[in-house]
Amino acid sequence: MRLSQIFATIAVVITGCILLYGVSDFPGFGDPHSPANAGVPGSESVSQYFITESYGDTKVPNLVTSVLADYRGYDTMFETVVIFAAGMAIFAILGAVGGGGQPREQSEEPFFVNGDHSRIIVGTTCRLLVPVIQLFALYVIGHGHYSPGGGFQGGVILAASFIIIALSSNLNAALRRLSEANYLRIACIGILIYAGFGVLCQVLEGNFLDYGLLQPVLLTDGPEMARSHSMLGVEIGVAFTVTAIMFAIYANLSSRGTLRDGL
Amino acid sequence: MAEFFQQSFHAHFNFWIYVILMMIGLWALIAKNNLIKKLIGMSIFQTAIILFYVSLGVKAGATIPILDPYGNKEQAAAYAEESDPAKGKNEKKGTEEKGDSSYVGKKSPNPDIMANPLPHVLMLTAIVVGVATLGVALSIAQMIFKEFGSLEEDEILEIVKGGNVDD
Amino acid sequence: MTDQIPAILVLAPLFGALIIGLAGQKDHRVCFPVTIVSLLVSLFAAFGAVVEVVRSGEIDYFMGGWEEPIGIGIHLHIDSLNAPLLVAIGIVSVLVAIFSIRRIGDKNTEKTPHFYSLYLMLCVGLFGITIAGDAFNLFVLIEVSSLTSYGLIAMGSSRRGTLAAFNYVLMGTVGASFYLLGVGYLYLMTGTLNMQEIHTIFLANPDIASSKAVAISFILILIGIWIKMAFFPLYGWLPNAYSYCPSSSACILAPLMTKISVYVMIRVMLGVFGIEWVFASPGYSNLVVWLAVIAILAGSMLALAQREIKKMLCYLIVAEVGYMVGGAWLADEKLWGLTGSLYHILGDAAMTLCLFLAAGIFAKRFNAIEIEDLEGLFKKAPWTAAGFVVGALAMIGVPPTCGFFSKFYLIRGGIEANHWEFVVALLVSSLVNAVLFFRIFEIAFFGNKPPEGHGHHEEEVAELKEEHHPEIPTWTGTSSLLVASAIVILLGIFNGEIVELIRIGLEDLPQFASRL
Repeated sequence: MRLSQIFATIAVVITGCILLYGVSDFPGFGDPHSPANAGVPGSESVSQYFITESYGDTKVPNLVTSVLADYRGYDTMFETVVIFAAGMAIFAILGAVGGGGQPREQSEEPFFVNGDHSRIIVGTTCRLLVPVIQLFALYVIGHGHYSPGGGFQGGVILAASFIIIALSSNLNAALRRLSEANYLRIACIGILIYAGFGVLCQVLEGNFLDYGLLQPVLLTDGPEMARSHSMLGVEIGVAFTVTAIMFAIYANLSSRGTLRDGL
Repeated sequence: MAEFFQQSFHAHFNFWIYVILMMIGLWALIAKNNLIKKLIGMSIFQTAIILFYVSLGVKAGATIPILDPYGNKEQAAAYAEESDPAKGKNEKKGTEEKGDSSYVGKKSPNPDIMANPLPHVLMLTAIVVGVATLGVALSIAQMIFKEFGSLEEDEILEIVKGGNVDD
Repeated sequence: MTDQIPAILVLAPLFGALIIGLAGQKDHRVCFPVTIVSLLVSLFAAFGAVVEVVRSGEIDYFMGGWEEPIGIGIHLHIDSLNAPLLVAIGIVSVLVAIFSIRRIGDKNTEKTPHFYSLYLMLCVGLFGITIAGDAFNLFVLIEVSSLTSYGLIAMGSSRRGTLAAFNYVLMGTVGASFYLLGVGYLYLMTGTLNMQEIHTIFLANPDIASSKAVAISFILILIGIWIKMAFFPLYGWLPNAYSYCPSSSACILAPLMTKISVYVMIRVMLGVFGIEWVFASPGYSNLVVWLAVIAILAGSMLALAQREIKKMLCYLIVAEVGYMVGGAWLADEKLWGLTGSLYHILGDAAMTLCLFLAAGIFAKRFNAIEIEDLEGLFKKAPWTAAGFVVGALAMIGVPPTCGFFSKFYLIRGGIEANHWEFVVALLVSSLVNAVLFFRIFEIAFFGNKPPEGHGHHEEEVAELKEEHHPEIPTWTGTSSLLVASAIVILLGIFNGEIVELIRIGLEDLPQFASRL
């Protein structure tokens, strides 16, 4: 046994015992009256407020979306910033150069390499699949208010459609659709949309991300609908950033930062 | 023993699983020699925390935290029936709006029949953070491979200590 | 406008980072002015926060206007404990930005926009951590600052730096995960994430506060933050990560990251669990103080063994973290240890900045990596030398500098709490620092080289030398160094006012009314 394994075993046993010791004190699994679900005496749990009140506050049936994009919208903005920071860090580490925007010179045939017909089936299938995936991604982004979904999920699906192009053909084919300069720009614009909604609320003399004040701008009936529409707006911003950075991470990692060939 | 099992293990089944998963991840993180395996351990470690959080929000017999304004009249009726009179103060907002939803005139939903939405929101953040960290870590691992020609920790340390690089 | 201060603090650098991302790729000249302007806006807002706090006690800001019931929205909170820290972050980030002009871009200019964008997002994270009033929001911002610092460390060209960054990613993730887990335990037991609300619930329900799960959540949060601040047994990642990364990255990370983690620890102790709960059983606080004593002694001894300037400074950081953690846990009746700790966060940020800036300038201009390379340099670069000497004197604890006063408060706390081992450790560490720095002064002023004893670490040194650019102008670096050393002295001179501000903050917390 190596030294690190002995050390790891000791650390794991100690940590595990501490954690299990704490578990014995927990409320039962699935207990609807645990403090997390129902609050403690004298203080109602915030989740009860979300379940009973959030539809009235925001007119969004998907409570997860309303909590994510409105009540805890500040967190979600930084979540997007985390993604953006990760993208920037990866560009900085792997040395990918922004700007230019021209795809590197490479075989221009997008879906099958000359003479190699074994990829025709894969290429054609993926070409047919991509619009469907993208349509579904847009549905997931736009329908996040009513069903599971939202900017992150939809953005990842949208990025997957570009990644599938890169996988079935080559990275260059995907980069011609979403070039290096563009994905950086799109990532920035996504956060700008999000933060822009927040700052607009500040301009209207409210707090950051107080969407209710956007009623006169969005021309909705009532601040609740303004919140609902603004949430859609920020989800779209999130989707921009997530799509761009997820694809960028794939493109950089699969080509070791050179953005050539890919896998 | 049986009583202990009943109280400690059975009632906290998910929490035990999360601790075990987390320890698997931590062990791999410390003990594995290959950097990619370390990263796999790190991912398992983070995923265990997600399991823990999601377990917090579970309520026995509850449904997903999405209201269903357009259909499922039974569910909507159930909200009205099960609604706790003590929560009557919550009715004043929102549900009185004349509009498109089948909640019009209904009472607020009883919180016990819907899962807790907050842990889901928090974990969405944690998942995103995990993806971002993994991406950065993989890119650093690529750089390490490029510079040392190896992803085995002991070989890399050998190169660093010995100072003889032939790549 | 004053009510929007907390939002402006984090938004100004964020917008700066986005503008650099959008426009900086095409034209790298955009990067530096945008960085400086956005950081100056934040610094201005930080000064505004201090003025507002002095005037009205505290600033509360509710994101999205979700104020009632407390805990549904995200709460930002500025009081007199964190307002001075905001100014410190602002000043350090502006000075390092000035220092880093044309520095990171020399070798591979294409990375300039990435550097500044990451740099600004790091500042967003640091400001955000400081003003966060929500336990989970704190986690998200810790991750913002961690991810950017991984990038800043790994973007250098040194191989060891890459390896150190990998270890840092693993350790940092484990630390943040433990913190997240601790927050989960707290949420499980209280049903809220708002720090003030959690504290209120603990006060109202002693049975919850005394449960095992809450105790374990405290341990988890503490371990997580200790990893982040490189407290004694968990410091392994720090020295390599900070000494093999680009100078500009080291200069922003070394003064701020560990100190912000110390602040988070103090905030969690005071604002979430409450000091009475934390110090309820003296056994634990004794244990932590002993750990801090070991940290101080080990850090000092390891620093003494180093030959490279930056590595030596890194081990000194480990010792300084010991000062602050030990001071916070002294648990003396009048809380002088805690006061000294909070004051030392500011002072240590200033003096670490001084020393790292000076080390960076020596490395850039004279290729001086090892202590012996400094031979005769104080004559060649008198201004840089002056800055270095001020930082070093503060580290030793010579009277007009802030280092003396923070040690004074810490020792006072140690004596009142009867923790003599802590007092002894502080004095020993001062002595070691004196030996360490006077040895450097001797070499640098008089050129007395110690006998040659080069071992196998030439390669190590060679790697540190990779970013040597003798031709670049250094007046920017020197001027920010001189400002930093002026701040070290000013902090010392105005220690009374700052400590008074901190004491007001401590008195405002309800559980202290009885103690102070």
